[in-house]
Parts: sequence; C-alpha cells; structure tokens
Amino acid sequence: MDALDIKLWRDFKRLWAQSLAIALVMAAGVAVLLMSFGMSKALDETRDTYYERNRFADVFVDARSVPMSMLATIQTLEGVAAAEARVTTHATLDIDGKSRATVVYVNSLPETGVPLLNVPILRRGTLPDPNASDQVALNEPFAKANDLWPGDRLAINLNGTKREVTVTGWLLSPEFIYTIGPGSLIPDDEDYGILWMPERALAAVLDRTGAFDNLTLKLRPGFDPKPVIEELDRLLEPYGSWGAIDRTEQVSNAFIDGEINQLKTLAYILPPVFLGITVFLVNMVMGRIVTLERTEIGLLKALGYTNLDVCLHYLFLSGLVAAVGVVIGWAAGSWLSFGLAKLYANFFKFPYLIYNVSWNTYIVSGLLGFAAATFGAIRSAMAAARLSPATAMSPPAPPRFKRSWIDRALAAVRVSQPTMMILRSLIRWPIRAAMSILGMALAVSILVSSNFFPDSLDVIIDSAFRQSNRQHAVLFFNDLMPESALEEARRLPGVLQAEGQQYLTAVFRKDHYEKRVVVEARRPGNDLSRVVDTNGQPIDAPTDGVMLSRRLAAQLHVGVGDTVEAEFRGTRHGTFELPVTALITQYFGLGAYLDQGMADRMFQQSSQTSIVNVTLDPAFDEAFQERLKELPKLGGSAMMIENREGFQETISQNILITTTIYVILGVLITVGVAYNGARIQLSERARELASLRILGFTRAEVGFILVGEIMLLALLAQPLGWWLGWAIAKLMAESFTSDLYAIPLVLKPATFSQASLVVLGAALVSVLIVRRQLDRLNLVSVMKTRE
Amino acid sequence: MDKEIVFRTEDLTKVYDTGEVKVYALAGVDLDLFAGELTVLLGPSGSGKSTLLNILGGLDHATSGKVWFHDRELTQLRDRGLTQFRRDHVGFVFQFYNLVPSLTARENVQLVTDVARDPMRPEEALERVGLAHRIDHFPAELSGGEQQRVAIARAVAKRPEILLCDEPTGALDSATGTQVLEVLRGVNDELGTSTVVITHNAEIRKMAHRVLYFQDGKLSRVETNEHRLSPAEIVW
Ligand SMILES: Nc1ncnc2c1ncn2[C@@H]1O[C@H](COP(=O)(O)OP(=O)(O)OP(=O)(O)O)[C@@H](O)[C@H]1O
Ligand SMILES: [Mg+2]
Repeated sequence: MDALDIKLWRDFKRLWAQSLAIALVMAAGVAVLLMSFGMSKALDETRDTYYERNRFADVFVDARSVPMSMLATIQTLEGVAAAEARVTTHATLDIDGKSRATVVYVNSLPETGVPLLNVPILRRGTLPDPNASDQVALNEPFAKANDLWPGDRLAINLNGTKREVTVTGWLLSPEFIYTIGPGSLIPDDEDYGILWMPERALAAVLDRTGAFDNLTLKLRPGFDPKPVIEELDRLLEPYGSWGAIDRTEQVSNAFIDGEINQLKTLAYILPPVFLGITVFLVNMVMGRIVTLERTEIGLLKALGYTNLDVCLHYLFLSGLVAAVGVVIGWAAGSWLSFGLAKLYANFFKFPYLIYNVSWNTYIVSGLLGFAAATFGAIRSAMAAARLSPATAMSPPAPPRFKRSWIDRALAAVRVSQPTMMILRSLIRWPIRAAMSILGMALAVSILVSSNFFPDSLDVIIDSAFRQSNRQHAVLFFNDLMPESALEEARRLPGVLQAEGQQYLTAVFRKDHYEKRVVVEARRPGNDLSRVVDTNGQPIDAPTDGVMLSRRLAAQLHVGVGDTVEAEFRGTRHGTFELPVTALITQYFGLGAYLDQGMADRMFQQSSQTSIVNVTLDPAFDEAFQERLKELPKLGGSAMMIENREGFQETISQNILITTTIYVILGVLITVGVAYNGARIQLSERARELASLRILGFTRAEVGFILVGEIMLLALLAQPLGWWLGWAIAKLMAESFTSDLYAIPLVLKPATFSQASLVVLGAALVSVLIVRRQLDRLNLVSVMKTRE
Repeated sequence: MDKEIVFRTEDLTKVYDTGEVKVYALAGVDLDLFAGELTVLLGPSGSGKSTLLNILGGLDHATSGKVWFHDRELTQLRDRGLTQFRRDHVGFVFQFYNLVPSLTARENVQLVTDVARDPMRPEEALERVGLAHRIDHFPAELSGGEQQRVAIARAVAKRPEILLCDEPTGALDSATGTQVLEVLRGVNDELGTSTVVITHNAEIRKMAHRVLYFQDGKLSRVETNEHRLSPAEIVW
C-alpha cells in the first residue's frame, strides 16, 4: 500500500466516531431512497407484468340485465379489442362454524371455462366445471382466512334462495389485488371475498339468462378510453349503468396507485433532506481537517505530489465515509423493504413475490450517497489542492475577530467571558451556525411532520365513527328497495333503530370541470348516519339545492350560490340545474347530498332505499346474523364496530412502526450535527479552552462554552423546526389526499414539545460525550503542540 | 572556476503586497550555486533567506527576475512543471521536521519513494541517518533530533540532485544539532548532493564550501572557506 493510502486509512480510523455519525445520516437517506423508490418501482413493475400477462381490462362498467345482443354492438366500437360480459351480484355466505354472515362479490365464469380478460390464476384445485350448478372458486386470501379448501362445502344465499356449493379451487385475479368490502375502511380477508361461479348456473338463479350485469373491455394499444366510455354510458344508461370507468377509477388499481404515490412522495421529500445534511456535515468536517492538515498538505506538495493527488486524497477520505454510509444504508434499506413487502402482502395480493428491489436502485442510491459526500468534500479538497506549498507550511494567521457593534452591545450588558466566547464564535462562523440550526431544525420537522399523523387519524376516526356513522351495522341491497324494506329491517331480531338512505349516481359539471359523484338522498333528522360539520353539528341536507363536500366543490371550482349541472344516471335519470346551497368538510369520499323529499319531487317517484343503517342490541347478535344469511335481496352487510376496531388496530400498529423509524431518523440527524459540531469546536478551541483551564477556570465553566454553543444552536433550531414541520405536514397531508380520503392537518402542542425533547435530548447527549473528551484534555500537551 | 552551476538567479525579486505596504522579501538577487557544494545562507531574520530557498525549490513563484536550474528556466514553469521539478530533483528539510504524524518513520520516507524515479529503499535511507532501529516508530515516539533525521532520510531517499534545508537545527540542542549536521555533511560528501542550509547559527558556516550573507532581501557578501571544519569540530 502506498504511504498516502496508509495515511488515508489511519485518518479514517482516527475519525471513526465522526465518520460514523455522518455515515448514519447518509445511510438514512440511502435506506429511505432504496425503500421508497425501489418499492414503488417494484410495485409498479409487478403490477404492469401481472396486468399484461393476465389481460387486465382497460374499461369497466356495471349495469343491470343488459341483453347479450348489446355485447356485439359494443365489440364493434372503435378502439375496442375485446369485451367480456359477466353476471355479477353481491351475496351472503353461510360458512360452517362461522356465526357472522359473510359478504362476497359474485362474478361469472364464461361458458368456455376461462375468462378472456382479468384472467384469474389458479392457485389450488381446479376451476369450476362450466356446466356444474354447485361449484364455485374463491379468491385465495378469503379462502385461506376462512379455512375453505377445495372440496369444502358452504351455503350461499343467491336471490333469496340458499344453496349448497362446493369449493373447487383458489384463484387470484389482477382485478382484485386489493379488495375492500362495502362500508369498510381497510381490507378484511375474513369478511369480504370474491367468488367465481359458472355463468349458466349463476344466470339461471339470478334470472339473467341471455343478459349480463358487468362488462370489461380491452382497448387497442394506445387508444384513449374516453370516447369509448362516453359511448358505453350512452348505450348502457337505460340499464341502470352508473357509468363506465377506466383503470384509474378501478378500486383495486386506484389503491395501488395511491400507495405508489405515497412511496414516491416519501422518496422525493426525505432522501434530499438526509443527503443535504450529509453534504453540510462532510463540508464542515473536511473543512476542519484540511485546516488542521495545512502543513501536511504543504509537505506533500513540496515532495512533488500533484494537485490532483492531494485533491483525491481528501475526496477518498470522504469516499470512505460514503462507503460506510452506503453499505449501512443498503443493509437498512433492504431490511426496510423486506418489512414493507411483508406489510404489503397483507393488503395487496400479487401472485408472485416481486418485492425484490432492482440492482438499479441500489446503484442509483449508492451513487447519490457518494455524490453527496463528494459534493460536501469538493470545496475543501480543491482548497487543499490549491494551497501553495510555501504558505501551507507557515502557520496560518489567527482568525481575525473584529470588534463590532455586537461586541459593544454585549459589553454593555456585561455577559460573562465564556458567554462572550460563544457569541463571538457564532458571529465569526455565521454560515456554519446557520447550517447547524437548519440541520437540527430539519430533525425537529421530521418528528413533527411524522407525529401529526396519529392525531389526524384520531380526528378522522372520531368524525367517521363517533360523529357521522353511529350505526352498528349497514345492510346493502342489490337493487333499490321500497320503503317497506325499512319496516322489515326493524323487525329483524335485535334491531333497535333502522334508517334508510338512497344513493344516486350523477355526473356534476360546471363550465369545463366534470366529476362523477355518488349523491346521497337523505331524510331530515337521520340519527345514525349523519352529515357533521367540523364543529360536530349534524346538518340536514338542504331542501332547495345540493350540499357538497369542500373537496368536491374545489374540484368543480364551485362555491355556495353557484349552480352545477347534474346529469343523473341509473334507475333515476335526468339532468337538472342544482344550486349549491351548502359546503361541508369531510375526510372520506367526495360527498354530495340531496334532501330525500327534494329528490323524490325531482324524479317524481316515491322514496326508495339503497342501504339500511341499524343499531343493534348485542344480546341478539347471533340471531341477527343468522337471519342475515337468509334474507333475500340482501347484497351484504357491514359491522361498523368491528370495522372501526380493525381500522384502529391496523393503523396503530403501522403508526408505532413508522413513529419509531422517524424518531430514529430525527436522532441520527441531531447526533450527526451536534456531535460533529462539538468535535470541531473542541478541535478549534482546544488551545483556548486549555488556556482558560490554566488560568483557573473550572471544568464546568470551560465545558459550558462547548456545551453552551451547541445547545444554543439547538434551541434556536426549535422554532424553525416547528415551522418547517408544520409546512412539511401540510404538504404531506395535501399530497396524501385523494378522492378516497382527506387527511386533516391536526398539530397538537404535544407533537411539537415531543419533537423538541427528542432533538434537544439527542443534542445534549452528543455534546456531553464530547465534553468528556474535553475533561480528559492534557493541558500541557495541548499548549505544546504547534498550530 | 570550472565548477558546474546548478542554480543561477538573475535580478530575482519577491514582493509581498499586504495592502498597505509592499514588502520586498527579495530585492534583486544575483547568485550562482555550484554542483556538489554545501552552501550556508546567513542573515538576520526577515532578510529573505526562506523566500529564496522556497523559490529555488519550486515552492513559490518569484515576482520578477529569473532562476535557472542547469539550463532550465524555473521562472518559466507553471505549477505542474514545478511539481515535476520538485518530485524529480529536490529534497527538503524543514525547521519543524513536518513529518506526517499518522505515518511511521518508514512510511514517511515511503511518501517520497512512492513517487520518485530512482529511489533508495526506505530502510536504506533510514540506515544512512542511523535510524534503522526506529523504523516502525511514529513521529510522536521519536525525539526532535530523530524526527529531523527521519526528515533528512525522507529528503535524500529519492537521491535528489539538491537538498534544501531551512534551519534544520533550529529546534534542536547542540549535541542533536551536531548529529543532524553530520548526516547532512555525509550526504553531501558521499552522494555529492548539492546542499543549501539556512541557519541562524553563524558557527555552522564553518562547515560550508561557501557562505552567502543576506541583508534586506539582497545578497550582501559571499565567503569561500579554504578550510572546512567537520560538524563535530564546531563549537555552538
Ligand atoms: N506570506 C507573506 N506575506 C507577507 N510578507 C511575507 C510573507 N512571507 C514572508 N514575508 C516577509 O518577507 C520578508 C522575508 O521573509 P523570509 O521568511 O524570507 O525571511 P527569513 O530570512 O527566512 O527570516 P527568518 O530568519 O526569520 O526565517 C519578511 O519581512 C517577511 O515578513
Ligand atoms: Mg526563514
């Protein structure tokens, strides 16, 4: 090994603590980048492959009992490559040994046996025989959760008749990567499943022979779905179609999109922060090293080493730090990716294990780590290369402290000498002080912006469950039901209250803005499912217009007093000019509300109901569930209490994990900044501090100078950190907001104080470690060394 | 004289412009240095000795005037050329040794042998200065005199044509200083290395072939020793 390389290696070993503190900050950036970028890419690519191989459709539409002849018409539409018609419905299962009624989405398998589009993958057993009337297949996660194996039998309530069927196999489908039951907030494999049944048998029970309910289309490559969708809507409107959708609105696909977007947001926000701080830390430390090694640099040049040799020598030093950071970052990132993949497996059902992060991501994240270190070191390395050998070997002039107005001001208030030293140093290196403040402020902001999430969720849960949805269960029907259904519901065992609600679909337009919405027709004074404003006040739907959620109003660019054109589709159709008479803040969905009486007058029809909300006497739970399994017309049911518990449990687990990760990240940054800052202080001031000790200052007094400066910076960082945290939280809340939900920005004082405590604590521990080195300082040797 | 000239300067001037005042560190120096000679530079503090040595060694640029190394004009060379010149031809010894603290004696010498064209082995260079037994010691484990001998070993390891020493004994007591001077004398005698030594100790001039006196940035006097003393004979 060359002598210069030996020096490099020994310097690196000597600086291990500082190097490690920097490397860990860099590692955090590399790890998060690897995880978020790698996983979003993996998710994206896997999904694409799966969609491609299994012919995931481009356009989806639901209607009711459309004659088969329509299929031929649709197949000839321009741009349509393939179309597949299915019979679909929701049904309730009665599974042996399970008290609760279980909801499944039923869809038909074609006569040919294997679907043309959305081709399911057979995971176990066989597909049902197209001619059999008592064979079904289940989606794998549901079958596993309910322990239903090929050969097992279960009862299904189809169109009011209960029949026994045999499970033939387990399937996975690109259409149902993410499944979420009606009324649920998170996937629940046990209580919501997908069931495939041969078309002939299903059509016979549902009276759909020669007709279909659902159509999926594959378009020619590159063909815009919009004109196809418009044509489909026109053709299927008479059959109660709620409107065709493209992939972006397909539920399973939309949730994966949402996840990919969140990962990308993470990839764009966090790694730049960590790599930026790495640049600053490397810059600060390398600057100090080059200053300390002036004479050695001069010597190397005198010996005939070139500018390039010297420059590279220091770049290699930063490169070693980067190597450690990148390796740790890769390890941590791989581990995080693995954990995340396991978490995803709970929600997203892909047929193959695709969660291996590609080599590209490793290479890119590694290169970025090295780039950050090089960028941080380049200024000092170039300065070292430029040092003239003659001047490098003469001692540097002591830094010039100028007496400024600040000094006079300080003198006037008579601060102690150590305090004066702290303040002067801040004024002498304002950029370094400012960067240290910024670094620690970013640590605070990361803690604030990650910690706001649980509080926001509390608000959401409170709003969604305690304020808005106070029913114990929701009953869904496959068709609109007459008012008498309410009476029937009231007669079910254990039902205390029952209230109906009607859903209508419409396209709202204002100028060139357009949005497909589900409109809720509400009866005044409804007590179970309420619309609640931010003050917790229940609000009735207006009788003279429509009430919109604020996010919907924003998307349509309308306010109170404007009118929207509402084109209703489905069984209740017609186009109306509706005045917007109220706006409301909501966290879930893009709500629009009409008064039931007003809706009835608009469509000149009597009230009907889509769902019934009920409250229950728990004593009758079993009897209630038993009856549900028998009810004809029931599409499904959702138990809201279990919903909420499942939601809270899943969320609080995830929050514990993420909060822990963010605390670690915040501490890493703080330690990186505070420890390195203090080490550099000590190195620059060793003589000064030793002189003070010789003059009779106590250890505590001298230590105060060291601890005081860093802690002063840490304190100054707090307000900035709070503000940054607020801004990042706001940005995150906005970027996570989609048509499905909105995240309210809830920042409690405790969030700020906890963030500050963590950062101030980590900073204090870091400087105290350095202070111990100060205590061990050998006064004589410090004074004897030449600098 | 028919001796070969290694260095020749012509009206060599170095001005430090510190803003308010201009300091003439060298104010027009004309001199010749001869191959194989041991030359001592004497003069009061601030008279420009170090400045001259730095320019001769290619560590610094002159403000005006010319320097030739043999028939190469150093003052024409840019940074890269000067680096190459130092690497190939010059050995330096400094007052404060300037050893790299994180490298052992051998490794400090190796710094030079790694980049030189025809170096000795580091062990050989250290043997020459009598430090074969301290070869794996770090500078902090060596005395001042030993450190300076390591520095000399480092300077001669590349078999330089010229050896430039700026107050090599400045930080040493007389006995240690004598040891160091003996090493320098040995190198000059045995390897024929042209050697320039700056010193504040006027007695040392007695071991030189020639003595150059400096005053206010100018060469004030040149003295040739008919009879040279060995370092051991010099009384400090
Ligand atoms: N970098 C510099 N900037 C300004 N003036 C300088 C610089 N280096 C040297 N000088 C000035 O140039 C003059 C000559 O300095 P030089 O170091 O050559 O003297 P010297 O003879 O080696 O003195 P000493 O015996 O004290 O080492 C001095 O007046 C010195 O102050
Ligand atoms: Mg000098």
